[in-house]
Amino acid sequence: MTVHDVRSRHGDSKRGDASDGAILAEAVGGRLSRIDGPAKITGAAKYAVEQQLEGLSHAVLVESTIAAGKVRSIDTAAAESAPGVLLVLMPDNALRLNTATDWLGTPPPDIPYCPLARDITFSGQHVAAVVAESFEQAVAAAALVKVAYHETPAIVDLDDPKAGDGIPIDTMTKEWGDAQAAFAAAPVRICAAYNTPREYQAPMEPHGLIAHWQGDQLTVWEPSQWLDGMARTYAEWFGVPFENVRLVSPFIGGGFGSKAFAYGYGAVAAMAAKMLGRPVKLAVTRPQTFTAYGGRAATRQTVALGADAEGRIQSIVHRGVNETSVDGMWVEPLGSVTSIMYATPNFSSRQNVVRVNTVVPGALRAPGENPSAFGVECAIDELAYEVGIDPLEIRLRNYAEQDPEANKPWSTRRLREAFAAGAEAFGWSKRAPEPRSMRDGNQLIGWGVAAGTYPVRRAYGEAMVRILADGSVEVESSSIDMGQGTYTILAQTAAEVVGVAAEKVVVKLGDSRYARAGVTGGSRLAGVMTGAVHKAATAALDELVGLAISDPNSPFHALQANTLVVANGRIASPRGDGPEVSIAELLGSVGRSQIEAMGDTMPANSTADDRYKNYTTIATALSHTEGDYSRHSWCAHFIEVRVDEDFGTVRVSRVVSALDSGRLYNPKLAESQWKGGIIMGIGQALLEEGIVDRRHGRIVNNNLADYLIATNADIPDIEVISVGIPDPHSSALGGKGVGELGIVGVAPAIANAVFHATGKRVRDLPITLEKLI
Amino acid sequence: MRDFSYLRADSIDAARQAAALPGAMLLAGGTTLIDLAKCGVTEPETVVDITHLKGLDGITVDDRGATIGSLARMSSVADHADVKSRFPAVSEALWQAASAQLRNMATIGGNLMQRTRCPYFRDPANFPACNKRTPGSGCSAIGGVTRGHAVLGTSEACIATYPGDLATALVAFDAIVHLGDRQVAVDDFFLLPGATPDKEHAIAPGEMITAISILASAAARRSTYLKVRDRQSYEFAAASAAVGIEFEADGRTIRDLRVALGGVGTKPWRARAVEEALKGKLLEPDTVRRASQLAIEGAVDHGANHYKIELAPRVVARAILKMGETA
Ligand SMILES: Cc1cc2nc3c(=O)[nH]c(=O)nc-3n(C[C@H](O)[C@H](O)[C@H](O)COP(=O)(O)OP(=O)(O)OC[C@H]3O[C@@H](n4cnc5c(N)ncnc54)[C@H](O)[C@@H]3O)c2cc1C
Ligand code: SF4
Repeated sequence: MTVHDVRSRHGDSKRGDASDGAILAEAVGGRLSRIDGPAKITGAAKYAVEQQLEGLSHAVLVESTIAAGKVRSIDTAAAESAPGVLLVLMPDNALRLNTATDWLGTPPPDIPYCPLARDITFSGQHVAAVVAESFEQAVAAAALVKVAYHETPAIVDLDDPKAGDGIPIDTMTKEWGDAQAAFAAAPVRICAAYNTPREYQAPMEPHGLIAHWQGDQLTVWEPSQWLDGMARTYAEWFGVPFENVRLVSPFIGGGFGSKAFAYGYGAVAAMAAKMLGRPVKLAVTRPQTFTAYGGRAATRQTVALGADAEGRIQSIVHRGVNETSVDGMWVEPLGSVTSIMYATPNFSSRQNVVRVNTVVPGALRAPGENPSAFGVECAIDELAYEVGIDPLEIRLRNYAEQDPEANKPWSTRRLREAFAAGAEAFGWSKRAPEPRSMRDGNQLIGWGVAAGTYPVRRAYGEAMVRILADGSVEVESSSIDMGQGTYTILAQTAAEVVGVAAEKVVVKLGDSRYARAGVTGGSRLAGVMTGAVHKAATAALDELVGLAISDPNSPFHALQANTLVVANGRIASPRGDGPEVSIAELLGSVGRSQIEAMGDTMPANSTADDRYKNYTTIATALSHTEGDYSRHSWCAHFIEVRVDEDFGTVRVSRVVSALDSGRLYNPKLAESQWKGGIIMGIGQALLEEGIVDRRHGRIVNNNLADYLIATNADIPDIEVISVGIPDPHSSALGGKGVGELGIVGVAPAIANAVFHATGKRVRDLPITLEKLI
Repeated sequence: MRDFSYLRADSIDAARQAAALPGAMLLAGGTTLIDLAKCGVTEPETVVDITHLKGLDGITVDDRGATIGSLARMSSVADHADVKSRFPAVSEALWQAASAQLRNMATIGGNLMQRTRCPYFRDPANFPACNKRTPGSGCSAIGGVTRGHAVLGTSEACIATYPGDLATALVAFDAIVHLGDRQVAVDDFFLLPGATPDKEHAIAPGEMITAISILASAAARRSTYLKVRDRQSYEFAAASAAVGIEFEADGRTIRDLRVALGGVGTKPWRARAVEEALKGKLLEPDTVRRASQLAIEGAVDHGANHYKIELAPRVVARAILKMGETA
């Protein structure tokens, strides 16, 4: 296949992004389809817990049925004598593990770690585990484990009267000017409370692992957003060198933040495997995906906006609270969008964290930015009505020309362009300003707008690139592809640099033996890895060209050229005056089986320790406001809803979003990630909520029939428009974050549209029908 | 491992005999049975697979009515051209139920027998108290999360909603459940919980649903099933209504009306009071809305499900008015 064939396949789409005009599908910026797509669609892709291992045994967890208290006793007699049972694990017979370093790199306390609890702090906590020859035997025996508890009163959620005000998190405090006084003096004031419930990542592939020890070498097959980070955790738990742990995770069926860490059940499986001297598989059940790790914390915010009569903001006073667990700390940064979206001379944001009896919450697509935008983007909509101006106009009137918090210029901020392009495509100018002024029969129609943003998170990366004897190229990295398109964009990057067709590039990911990689989270991977692959591929190409010029057996040796060009897998002189041979022919004639180049973007003087830290913690990540600029992606969502006036049901009927993620390495994949975020945002706005039985402190809708995520029928056509331009301050190739941006601002755009449709302001997500009838 | 025996029935009689054994349960599409077995709710000692029985998956529709074999798949009935034209409410109830995958597996017999989605019923490990599962153990739902629970036909023992859509349409049109030779009106087939919520159906051990039949009627021909829920697809009803209507020759006066409610009762709920109030009346929005309030006579809420009392009459009214528009 020649490169020209590929271009014609992708036709003449005009999208205002880098795919306009002459960019080849296979080059960086082209619309190459997902390389891993066919394997996933046909079922050929083998996921972690599908590995077949000799002697595999099966572990099943026993979970607490109370939310607070102590385990008094565990009666394992019946379970132990059940057929096929190999081991019943409890705190009493558990191996002594070490506490591991956390993801921030905080040195761990020197206390043992036990993944099975005696002190119960939430319902669904692991208290024991049964390992048996077959999964069915383990399930049956686990039901025979009898746990007796001493139950104490639980704090079930943020509304619990016992919950209190919580712990102030000083690092979240942001203040400038005199926000309280300016608010008090402002001619127009609004102040309201915005709440988001517990939400869950609900990946299609539930969690789980297979752990296998050979001597003191541990192999773990586990879906992972961070192989090196998780390998470090396993290594530290079991007191073996990092190199002794191999994590394998070739495909991931969705993570959304939930697959970046090794969790307690992983320790259980690896411990059982060690004790039994056999591989152990532990597949987390769908209900357990609600308690084996945390979803997004429930949040509460109050946003007070003071403005002049024209709607120019004078002051923002913001207070936020999120829940965390009794013994873990999760801070969901609720002021993250509040402090940068609009220009204001006076600002105050503070945040508390309240301990409740839940599993420690975790990251869910755009942690912080997502709920933060729900607060401020609803609040500014309320202000627009209060002042009597258009919700789009008020956003432009308060446009932040530079980062108001960091006091630095934006690296790039194409939000104004996003508002303009989105409004134009949506037809915003035809909007009737009054609430309840647009209808179609029983359907009240509403149009809402909201903006979103996500910081550019940066880190150093590493990659191995090989040019093989047959002229193909191999890229290796322990980073992963959970659907975002890593396989594809790295192939495009290597293909472009080396000068071969993308189909000649094999990308190998998801094995911690490969070149190291930091976390795939915070929308950083594409920027980090394209940079690393670019560097490694450039080194490989340089070596190839060097050989061709200087090796005595090279057909180019006589040419005495300074340089050569490689295109379509063929090497020639730039003037075309010499021979032209394929890469394979060249390697053959110089007698090389391959060229191998490791590239990394670490600072030159980095030590081995620095590198280890970079790939296994986020301690070395670069701040998005480091240096002279403040770096963020931006977006504007325009959404139409139809609300049935009798039933209160909300249907999203139209979405136009314009987004600035800088340069897109592959617009097709970026668009699909944006759309995925928007779809998830629609579910968040209208459907998703972990419902707690307040007597038992237990999530009762812990399955996908009752925890509602959006179905295809809930999703209209979504138009996404790229308004980004290359941002050289954000990444090597000019891209900014893609994966998390799309969801930020969707929920407030919908809530604002619902207000426009009905005149009712719903400030509690999700916007279910009983809130509107 | 919890062992059970698996028996593939080769005749209806053999299936019935096997089903009469203690701890035996029929297996059709398995979408309820296996789900509940995984939750630890059903623990059959013998599973009697009836899916290989011949002649139970027929669908016949003629001028007198429809007869649908108990093994007919939900999707086949929903797509059947004559069911669509003569009993639109039945087809619509089916295609709005569950998901495409489930409808392809699930059978009509199994569909009638589906169990409640009460979360407490489905989680025995965490909620031992459930009168439906373990008579006399109490009800975990009362005082708990009740957003999906019933407002009609509840008792002190149980407030669980009957979740099915099809049965709601069947109740509206006086369908008959065939248990071999014995026949039961579908309204009588579903039992109120009273003091014995564990008894849900008028079916004895060793009996099996072989077919359902519905008499043809003008009201069935002009009928609809309106299902309201937060999620557009793949969710049980917050409230639903099956409505069929027949007009006098003037095209405006209601001669016959059938109304049944789903998602709000402990059984599929026939709303005869609404029917009686409107028969002989002109179809006018205000009259219809007022009469529809009768649908929730006697309703009792348990907090979070209060909205159903507001919602159900609106769903009924909308469905009736929609049928009037097509006059
Ligand atoms: C996630 C989910 C969502 C759903 N959503 C909906 C919905 O929106 N609306 C809706 O109406 N339904 C819904 N359902 C229920 C679904 O329609 C039923 O599970 C299905 O119809 C059951 O049919 P089956 O053939 O699979 O029954 P099975 O699971 O095989 O059997 C169910 C029960 O009926 C008994 N049984 C089966 N056949 C006979 C017979 N011939 N005679 C006597 N007893 C018999 C079995 O012993 C068993 O107790 C949903 C189910 C799931 C799992
Ligand atoms: S409502 Fe009925 S099914 Fe639910 S817990 Fe109570 S008794 Fe059991």
